[in-house]
Amino acid sequence: MSTVLSVRGLDKRFGAVVAADALSLDIAPGQKVSLIGANGAGKTTFVNMVTGYLKPDSGSITLDGIDIGRRSPRSVARLGISRSFQIPQLFIELTAAENLAVAVSGMQARTLSLVSPAEAGGRRDKAIELLQRFGLANLADRPISELAGGVRKLIDIAMALVRRPKLLLLDEPTSGVSAEEKFATMDRVIHAVAPDAATIVFVEHDMEIVSRYADRVVAFYSGRILADGNPQDVLKDPEVRRYVTGGAQ
Amino acid sequence: MRQVHPLVMLVPVIAATLFGRMLPTWTLSLATIAASNALVALGIVVLARTGNVSFGQGLVFAAGGYGVALIANSWGITDAVAQMLIGAVCGGLIGLAIGPLISRYSGIFFGMLTLALSMVFYGALVKTTVLGGSDGFNVVRPSLFGISFVDPREADFMLYAVSVVTTGLAGIAAAVLFRSEFGLASLAVRENNLRVEYLGISANRIITINFVIAAVFAGASGAFALMAQRHIDPQFAYWTTSGEFVFVAVLAGYQSVAAVFVASLALELVRSFSNLYLPNTWQLVLGVFLLAVILFLPRGIGSLWTRQRRKRAESSAATSTAAEEGVAS
Amino acid sequence: MNLFLTIVLDGLIEASWLFVVALGLTLVFGVLKILNIAHGSFYALGAYIAATAVTIAAAYSLPPALGFVAMLLSVALIAAVVGLLLERGLLKMFYGRDEVVLLLVTYAVFLILEDTTKLIWGVNPIYASQPYELFGNAEFAGLNYVGYDLLLIPASAAIGLAVWFGLNRTVMGKIVLAVIHNEEMSVSMGVRVNRVYAAAFAFGVLLAALAGALTAPKISMQPGLSSDVIILSFAIVVIGGLGSVEGAAIGAILVGLARAASVHLMPQAELFVIYLIMAAVLMFRPEGLFKRETARRI
Repeated sequence: MSTVLSVRGLDKRFGAVVAADALSLDIAPGQKVSLIGANGAGKTTFVNMVTGYLKPDSGSITLDGIDIGRRSPRSVARLGISRSFQIPQLFIELTAAENLAVAVSGMQARTLSLVSPAEAGGRRDKAIELLQRFGLANLADRPISELAGGVRKLIDIAMALVRRPKLLLLDEPTSGVSAEEKFATMDRVIHAVAPDAATIVFVEHDMEIVSRYADRVVAFYSGRILADGNPQDVLKDPEVRRYVTGGAQ
Repeated sequence: MRQVHPLVMLVPVIAATLFGRMLPTWTLSLATIAASNALVALGIVVLARTGNVSFGQGLVFAAGGYGVALIANSWGITDAVAQMLIGAVCGGLIGLAIGPLISRYSGIFFGMLTLALSMVFYGALVKTTVLGGSDGFNVVRPSLFGISFVDPREADFMLYAVSVVTTGLAGIAAAVLFRSEFGLASLAVRENNLRVEYLGISANRIITINFVIAAVFAGASGAFALMAQRHIDPQFAYWTTSGEFVFVAVLAGYQSVAAVFVASLALELVRSFSNLYLPNTWQLVLGVFLLAVILFLPRGIGSLWTRQRRKRAESSAATSTAAEEGVAS
Repeated sequence: MNLFLTIVLDGLIEASWLFVVALGLTLVFGVLKILNIAHGSFYALGAYIAATAVTIAAAYSLPPALGFVAMLLSVALIAAVVGLLLERGLLKMFYGRDEVVLLLVTYAVFLILEDTTKLIWGVNPIYASQPYELFGNAEFAGLNYVGYDLLLIPASAAIGLAVWFGLNRTVMGKIVLAVIHNEEMSVSMGVRVNRVYAAAFAFGVLLAALAGALTAPKISMQPGLSSDVIILSFAIVVIGGLGSVEGAAIGAILVGLARAASVHLMPQAELFVIYLIMAAVLMFRPEGLFKRETARRI
């Protein structure tokens, strides 16, 4: 059994709030896993811990066998985990291409060049190529400040893709996107990610998106895993209905 | 964006240097001071692109000056270029020493810490009798490539030339830096240092390197100030000295290298003229001038000819609060 | 033991006037979120005006005690008026912009006031020591102390208590605290924040000027006074915590004691030890020794 990500006994408390309670989880390569749960259930904390932004109180996180529980976001990124954000984290004053060029710069191990122009060295080409995957190449030279939220969301995800990560974590990829656009957006994302064949974990609130795009669903509640399986089973689970989806009959 | 080739930028530098031949002595001194202030301000601008403003460049400015003064007096090195290089190295060493420390702080804390450190140095210098305490000490005239300049006009021109060329080259280097991969990453650090980390880039490292560059520039400038005044004292490290450098940087804005020279020159002209006609008013005039610039040219003088870059303050603030929300929901 | 007492007493005397200046600075920061670089200029202004008042009083052969009181009152009044005009006339124009902008504006004001004082009072040192003899001398721990100096301690303590009381026990004070803690909330509850701003700023610079007036008899007034005082009071406010009244007191005492200790034990350290403490606080406890919950991410 090969796993990309292996989490064992993860604990995290913020004062009285239990964000993670003996969490254990294995994710196999190539899977498309959706994390669902009400607000405060611990999904984003989980993502934060996996990407090194938060350190777990106890427990272990391993990526392809390497322990990453205590590493910094920078270190974790270099090992092959990338994430996108619920609220896009971009360099607002820079252009879309420049944003991606910075991401490309981040890929190399050597120090950044003090001389070589920002978009030279193939960086612009790579930036445009990524934008093209999302159908945004025509916006390459527009500053982020001039772009709409939905586009920013996609660029945010594109930034995460630059490193060709082993594991891609998407935090609510369709939040803020209008209902009509959701499927189109998610289609674009899945399509853009396909060439790199990464393992995808995405946090989602929209159950239609979940059932359509995930091949595995993990439901969170109070820092614990309530259910874990294929979308049909999990979404029908009475406890999940009760605590997560608040399901209609 | 029209991008001027670095080699082309040498032209105005050479032109300015040769032009000095025609200038009267008082203008030469003024221009020399303007060039050396511009050098420090340039360093501040370089660092400011990461979102961190140093209010304590006096630290490295004085370190350069004192370093050169001590070495010049002990080992008899009077060559202007050598002194400039020694100043740059002194500044750079201090930059390397404290850069990693201060790069961990951001925004206002960064500013306050640099200020505090410069004042620590000031306090130490004032009480160090071996270095002349608050009176400082004198140094001999600088020479160039073995030639001593007895005629004050020649001496002034030599200093003018060395400082203009050095500052000019620094300006060209800065322009190249701004356009570089590293330069873009520096801007990214200012916009969203969290995302920079997530992209696998060390924001602290970027800030440190920028700080070292600023320190090298300030150290070299300290050497020039020393050569011009032939005197060094703790005032080099005082907060008002640091404040003036920031003033020039703010006046210039953060987009254009040329603006830094214009701003510095403007400052010196204002200072000279008000001293000439209305003694004890140059600070008053400067203060009013600053207010005028804040009111009418909020992006600094450089905004007069640089393509309008988009809204800064609100976006950066929004991004940083969003960064907190984005990861902590 | 004698040395210890001397250091403590000297330190407290120093701390007295430092506290009053720092208090003004920290209040202005707490309410308006401005670091007023011109704060030291108001201190200097207070000192200069006091000197002039004392000279006038002496010229009119007024009894020294009366002259002293008149001096304090006139300084307070003038400072408050100038402060009010400055805030309403100039600073107000820049609210809502980047915080660095206001910093630069106060820096511009500092520059302007520097030369204004030079133009009015000249560049030569001025003295006004008549009030210094008002309270005689006292012997303490075998050393001679000037009564005036010793009285500074209870005087500044009284000012501190009055401000504390005013903030925590009066309605007006609670409104000011509300603005310090959470301005948005205060606005939505109908607080006339503009008035609070104006009052706080005027009061802040009043304190600075008052401190200047109180120390005038002990020092010589000359250019450079304001730049020395602002950097010192800034250090105190950072050490104590920006926006904290208790912090200003703790910071002032710490700095006063540090200064006194160095003067007696290691004179070379006198200046830099203060800034070393400031740097240390910034590195290890950036919000200051007196953590104020409202010192939100600056």
